[in-house]
Amino acid sequence: MTKHPQLDSWQENELQKSLSRFPERKAKFVNHGGQEIPRVALPDTINDEYVKKLGFPGRYPFTRGVQPTMYRGRLWTMRQYAGFSTAADSNRRYRYLLDQGTTGLSVAFDLPTQIGYDSDDPLSSGEVGKVGVAIDSLADMEMLFDAIPLDKVSTSMTINAPAAILLAMYVAVAEKQGVALEKLQGTIQNDVLKEYVARGTYIFPPRPSLRLITNIFKWCAEHTPAFNTISISGYHIREAGSTAVQEVALTLANGCTYVQAALDAGLELDVFARRLAFFFNSSSDLLEEVAKFRAARRLWARLMKERFGAKKPASLMLRFHTQTAGHTLTAQQIDNNIVRVTIQALAAVMGGTQSLHTNSRDEALSLPTEASVRTALRTQQIIAHESGVANTVDPLAGSYYIEQLTDRIEQQALELIDTIDKSSGVVACIENGFIQRKIENASYAYQQEIEKGERIIVGVNEFQSEEENPPELLRVNPQVEEAQIANLALVREQRDQTEVDSDLQRLRDAARSDDNLMPHILAAVKHYATLGEICNVLRSVFGEYRDRG
Amino acid sequence: MTKETRKHRVLIAKPGLDGHDRGAKYIARTLRDAGFEVVYTGIRRTPEEIAAAAVQEDVAAIGLSSLSGAHLRLFPAVVEALRKVAAPDIPVLGGGVIPEEDFTVLKEAGIAEIFTPGTPVEKIIAAFSDACEAHYQKRNIG
Repeated sequence: MTKHPQLDSWQENELQKSLSRFPERKAKFVNHGGQEIPRVALPDTINDEYVKKLGFPGRYPFTRGVQPTMYRGRLWTMRQYAGFSTAADSNRRYRYLLDQGTTGLSVAFDLPTQIGYDSDDPLSSGEVGKVGVAIDSLADMEMLFDAIPLDKVSTSMTINAPAAILLAMYVAVAEKQGVALEKLQGTIQNDVLKEYVARGTYIFPPRPSLRLITNIFKWCAEHTPAFNTISISGYHIREAGSTAVQEVALTLANGCTYVQAALDAGLELDVFARRLAFFFNSSSDLLEEVAKFRAARRLWARLMKERFGAKKPASLMLRFHTQTAGHTLTAQQIDNNIVRVTIQALAAVMGGTQSLHTNSRDEALSLPTEASVRTALRTQQIIAHESGVANTVDPLAGSYYIEQLTDRIEQQALELIDTIDKSSGVVACIENGFIQRKIENASYAYQQEIEKGERIIVGVNEFQSEEENPPELLRVNPQVEEAQIANLALVREQRDQTEVDSDLQRLRDAARSDDNLMPHILAAVKHYATLGEICNVLRSVFGEYRDRG
Repeated sequence: MTKETRKHRVLIAKPGLDGHDRGAKYIARTLRDAGFEVVYTGIRRTPEEIAAAAVQEDVAAIGLSSLSGAHLRLFPAVVEALRKVAAPDIPVLGGGVIPEEDFTVLKEAGIAEIFTPGTPVEKIIAAFSDACEAHYQKRNIG
């Protein structure tokens, strides 16, 4: 092997530091025959070209991963997105998942919560507790995390437009539990830009939304330094029908927009950049997906270094959560979905994800049952402990096809980012519909391939079979809505209304000024002001965004 | 206007708070390609807004899409809203993540057809075509 000076320096620095801080899971990794498995397989000749494009795990440009030993040190976080009905029901599901060996919580909120309406709002009718848990006030949040010590778990919350409010509630619960805020670990999604083009849970127009986001960056840097302040999400862009290249490009373009907004707000790059996290989709084209994750990592590192001048390695690392692709699940022959999820989960792991949610077999039909969720989690555990792919870092590196594809995805994604930049940036391209059209065209082309039989979907347009008996589905009890509304009325009755009124007035004044809104929101939630009341104050100042269809 | 020359005009709508409109947009575009005039409401519309849009746009059928599980509440609410604006004759079709066991309730509530993931697109086009034809005929007779 021809040595390269960077190899020595990597071994002496990143690798040594990592090994001493996080020893590997086993003293020796061996295959069935007893042969030792290399930590990182390297080419015979390490030249400058290799170092520039692939390098070493845990070192710029991070193509091979963000940690020097990857899953040999610690497995990815197995994080199953869950939540439904009331806070008490969801709390039971979380405790079940923790008992089953899940290592991080991921909270799904119902749509009224995500769009900032209380459960008794007429617009919430029919949606309360359906796709996630209903949270109206701090009282619900206290119940949601009852008997779950917040210094022991990391919690990811899929909340965007009202992220500041749910974060404030989480912080308030932690304080009540006596947990030091520096210890809080987790992530808020807080990525509003993709909501306008893909997911739909926006409230305010883009510019005040960006302000709320940078307010959170700043507040968290000072109070909850271990909490990820945003999860910049390509997942939903892909679900809306984008290609893999578009997923990377649009996600990183959004990322650059948040970075620029934070810099414009006077924040220091190397302070907030390390708390940016990402969230990608993993679809069924295994090799393309692996290349996509690698390309995204390299491209983000380059953008952060070359465009923004970030200096610390932590600012350059694209750390990401992955969810398997919901849109690939079929309502026909639902057991086949377990196989699809396995392929997709493998791609995420071979692509170097930091955490993973595996979808359940029945999700094209309804929310998953407990049994289906268990199989989904077991899929990850089988990949982790039986498949062997976690024993060596970036196992597909050096494959001609994977490397070509990684280069191509990176280059094409960069081209689309440049196009958006030349068209006045992401916000302008959302407002004029450019990004929405790009996604829609890709979605239409994909679906046409299926309709024409050019793309085979097993059990849908080929290999159909007589349907078996309909599976058992999880249904949310319709009484949940009434119960939630009754609880909310009780909270309103028992709180100190004078405190709430003055908190909301102070928040309104702050929204009209340049103040950071986080302290005002925190004060209001502690007095049990509701999510809807707080959002209404902000709506009155910021206005509302409306989709044009 | 004879039915041969008249273009079928339909409304595709997203009731409730669900923001997933990949399917709705796909159906809108597919119907356009099949010769329909299609108005898409955009996401997050109330049943009342949808009924008003249907009347204002003078459509012959409405296609609703919901993936959030709120269809049992929202689809019948659109039928009810149409009644309130004196347009109970506009047929309403629905699609999305809808368990088979809900079909009966929805049909009893006045939903003409229900489509789920994997329904072939020709079937959806034909259903809209039939619904529009029936609507025009009813109008001409009425």
